[in-house]
Amino acid sequence: MEQLEFDYPEANRRVSKRAHVGVAGSGDMELLMEPAEAGVAHVSILTSVNGFEKSWKAVIDRFFAHFDGAVRIEINDGGATPGSVMLRLEQAVEAIDQ
Amino acid sequence: MNTNLIPAFVRRNSFIELSARARAESLMDPGSARELVGPFDRIESPWLPMQGIAPEFDDGCIVLKGTIGGEPAVVAALEGGFQAGSMGEVSGAKMSTALDLATRDSKNGTKTAAVLLLETGGVRLQEANLGLAAIAEVMASMRALREYAPVITVTAGTVGCFGGMSLAAGLSSYIIMTREARLGLNGPEVIEQESGTEEFDSSDRALVWAINGGEQRVGMGVADELCLDDVGEIAAAVKKCVMAGLPATHRSQQVEPYRKRIASLNVTEQIDPLVLREAWNHERYSSGKGGSR
Repeated sequence: MEQLEFDYPEANRRVSKRAHVGVAGSGDMELLMEPAEAGVAHVSILTSVNGFEKSWKAVIDRFFAHFDGAVRIEINDGGATPGSVMLRLEQAVEAIDQ
Repeated sequence: MNTNLIPAFVRRNSFIELSARARAESLMDPGSARELVGPFDRIESPWLPMQGIAPEFDDGCIVLKGTIGGEPAVVAALEGGFQAGSMGEVSGAKMSTALDLATRDSKNGTKTAAVLLLETGGVRLQEANLGLAAIAEVMASMRALREYAPVITVTAGTVGCFGGMSLAAGLSSYIIMTREARLGLNGPEVIEQESGTEEFDSSDRALVWAINGGEQRVGMGVADELCLDDVGEIAAAVKKCVMAGLPATHRSQQVEPYRKRIASLNVTEQIDPLVLREAWNHERYSSGKGGSR
């Protein structure tokens, strides 16, 4: 069990909606995405698989390279692959942009 | 486009493929549902992280309050994708409290039916006695509500309904199943583990469904409605049960008839599921009750 925290102060665009997607099942994850103050976008991950901090950082960095919303993201992870993580993130963006 | 050329099963709106939350929403009148203690409230299991398991923001139990066919109703749905829909301290408390609030409203004159969407292996072993106690509380709460308003269980698949929660299902006023669903006390894998493959080969899917499957359970008269895996059909069956109100007697009150049925079985040889279906459900068929197909 590992708790990981990442900050993305560059993400400044205001968002107004929140989203909940996914389920913390085996090989999957669930995610809460909520509006945050500009400049304090934050990602908080609780994962049942230890030792993948670098992979997490790479995936979340890549996500925030394209996404500029000021959001607070919380993840409960049951061992999602990097591809699944990105899909869940994009699914949440789709939900808050609707 | 001529939609008649598309087979019916392709046009069906699958219920099984929906998440627990989407399932619950699909059964309620459009726009009437609001979630109680949702994922943003973050009431998670405190026990799972201690054991290195990621918790779920809603602990895998989704509670929606709203109306069904204009009647007040509460739906509590277990998410089979999270820890096999197992009942823990938090998910159990959410379900039993939802039932208790429905009982309170019903007592105060607003009859409130409850629908339980059970996709569950039963107790969450990681929460041990707290999970067992949670199931006992759910059962007590069901027992209290069914004096006033129907408690309707839907088990659609693919997890099915097993363990302690199958006992809870047995207390409900009506049970709705699909062919894909399974209902039983000990799951096939548990029986195989305890008694060997000679007793029950859990890899024999035809055998598993012949014994635990929805068609057999409705055929035996231990469940009430057999539905296609279709949102519209399951929602219509739930609505029908809400409108029907309480049954004359609950199945779990029919102690003597079931004692007689069990006593009359010849257990010296393997009982054929079809024979059991005919023997047990004769009265229900002859009185025009029982499964819709």
